[in-house]
Amino acid sequence: MPDLKPETAANKEQSHAGGRFFMRFTRAQRYLHAALFTSFLGLAATGLPLRFSESIWARGLAKAVGGFGAILFFHKFCALVLTAAFLIHVKDLLTRVLVHREKGIFWGATSMVGNWKDVKDLFGHLRWFVGLGPKPQFERYAYWEKFDYWAVFWGMVVIGFSGYAMWFAPFFAHFLPGWALNAVLVIHSEEGLLAILFIFSIHFVNTHLRPDSFPMDLVIFTGVESEEEFKHKRPLEYERLKAAGKLEARLGEAPGIWQINFSKVVGFTAIAIGLILLALTLSAYFRS
Amino acid sequence: MKTDFFAGLKTAAFMAAFLLAAAPAAKSQTDCLACHGDKGLQDASGHSVSVDGETFGASIHGILKCADCHTAIKEYPHPEQITPVKCETCHADQAAGLAGSVHSLKAEHPCTSCHGDAHAIFPKSDARSAVYPLNVPRTCGNCHSNDALAKKHGLPNVYPLYIDSIHGFALSKEGLLVAANCQSCHGSHHILSHTDPQSPTYKANIPNTCGNCHAGITADYLGGVHGKAVTKGDLKAPVCSDCHTAHAILQPTAAAFRMQSTPICGSCHKEKLSTYRDTFHSQLGALGGYVETARCWDCHGAHGILPASDPRSPVNKANLITTCGKCHAGANASFVQYQPHANAHNRKLNPALYFVRLFMNLLLAGTLTFFVIHTILWLIRSRYDQVKKRSAEGGKNA
Repeated sequence: MPDLKPETAANKEQSHAGGRFFMRFTRAQRYLHAALFTSFLGLAATGLPLRFSESIWARGLAKAVGGFGAILFFHKFCALVLTAAFLIHVKDLLTRVLVHREKGIFWGATSMVGNWKDVKDLFGHLRWFVGLGPKPQFERYAYWEKFDYWAVFWGMVVIGFSGYAMWFAPFFAHFLPGWALNAVLVIHSEEGLLAILFIFSIHFVNTHLRPDSFPMDLVIFTGVESEEEFKHKRPLEYERLKAAGKLEARLGEAPGIWQINFSKVVGFTAIAIGLILLALTLSAYFRS
Repeated sequence: MKTDFFAGLKTAAFMAAFLLAAAPAAKSQTDCLACHGDKGLQDASGHSVSVDGETFGASIHGILKCADCHTAIKEYPHPEQITPVKCETCHADQAAGLAGSVHSLKAEHPCTSCHGDAHAIFPKSDARSAVYPLNVPRTCGNCHSNDALAKKHGLPNVYPLYIDSIHGFALSKEGLLVAANCQSCHGSHHILSHTDPQSPTYKANIPNTCGNCHAGITADYLGGVHGKAVTKGDLKAPVCSDCHTAHAILQPTAAAFRMQSTPICGSCHKEKLSTYRDTFHSQLGALGGYVETARCWDCHGAHGILPASDPRSPVNKANLITTCGKCHAGANASFVQYQPHANAHNRKLNPALYFVRLFMNLLLAGTLTFFVIHTILWLIRSRYDQVKKRSAEGGKNA
């Protein structure tokens, strides 16, 4: 598959030269994603050595950052950053619902909430994988993107709650039964492991490494994508906007070369760290 | 035992001096030193036969006449070959002790191998003595720091272990006369193998041996489950040296000891160690550099360990708030229901935890299995489409 890389890159360069670009993510959403993935990488890098504390690399990593007190400090620091990002997102959602009365948040074509079309798309997609049907046409958010979103949402609530329950155990003990204090560690570490394995394998491949986006989908960094990509990946949204005459309202500026390079550096670094952590996790998981 | 030895030595020396001084044939030291005082004097085979009269005079045997020990020499000139000196003539008890000990082979362990130059033996309270408490480790170390020798006799090479231990530091750095040296535990002349039930280092005798100095700890220990078991004759139960080691004893609050202590308890309490490993206490503690998290003895106590059913035990229900509260400020009745040894694999003992773990595992396995299959199929299909499209366009990926 390596021969794909120069081809795709060349294609992209061409489309950058001419063609139109459309907004997909707002600046605030991109910053939120940046806060999310940097703190998540930090949490994974400092949480994994705890989960696999018996492995050699765990001790090495702990030593490298200045002993275990330091690793725990970084873990808690990243947790606070991620909590802040989560709260900002929730506040943003509430504002859009309560103040701006945006109905599209809960239902309709642009909502993150799952609907009947997503179920049909999932089965349609699976049929297409094995050559039993046509490729489904996707709207603004495809079913696996919604799954990613809710997995992270649920994950943050579950991991966050169980993490704070350990951090402030005597306080949480006022309203949690005794066995729950044992359970929170199991929940925290298993859900954390699921998040790490999911993000560093499924999300990376589905969003960045699959042939349609290889080697990286820059839209979460630049906020814009080419018209060609938009039409190919989300034909229903493209057609809907076109029919309503709102396509031009979504026009964005072509990303600058520095923006693309910066995005690539950040993105590839994140993916590299993620893949290294994934390899360490799998090695420790199957050895224990 | 050590005081006995030197008291005996002195008495014997005085008695011998008294009796022999009366014998008319005895030569005075001055007569012998007329020749042997010459520093260069050698016998036919080239060994020095010179004696420093001044040092000898100051030594514990300084009041004796030469012939008191060199009994074969009756007159001058004396024969070239003379019989070796027999220390046991006066020091019968010490000789008997030595004969029954691990050092019984006389050719390998003459008295001088520990007491040093026969003409410069000082009382053990004298800093010049090879058996002065601060000199004992070095004296024993003459042999017991030798790897080859240790291997030959199947012994650990103990000197380096001892000298870096808390006892070794107290002795070598602080110069503490009360710090345990080799003979405090092993004795001096009648040293026996630790497999001999008479030996102070025999497993069952170790609590008393250590108790010679650490009386309070030993009393504590003997009241606990391990002490009681050992007293009853159960030698599987640990004694002092099982946890603290015999020679490389560390300061128990030191990070290194805190790190090594848990597996020691776990070598018997296997299931407890395995459940402890599943907890945050262990995960955090296993990573080095972070030694504050609870180890076995932080909760169970160290010496007088009692069963949880005993109201005096720190892990008795009534005491948990205090025990957990040592680290967890604000520990309350609900907090201490936490089980530091919960087993998530045991449905009977920890049903709630068992099902939480089961649910989490199924969630993890289910989600990943589905999406791994989903992603692999997707990859194959997208790649297939891409290649097909490009070949239709005449691309090189055909």
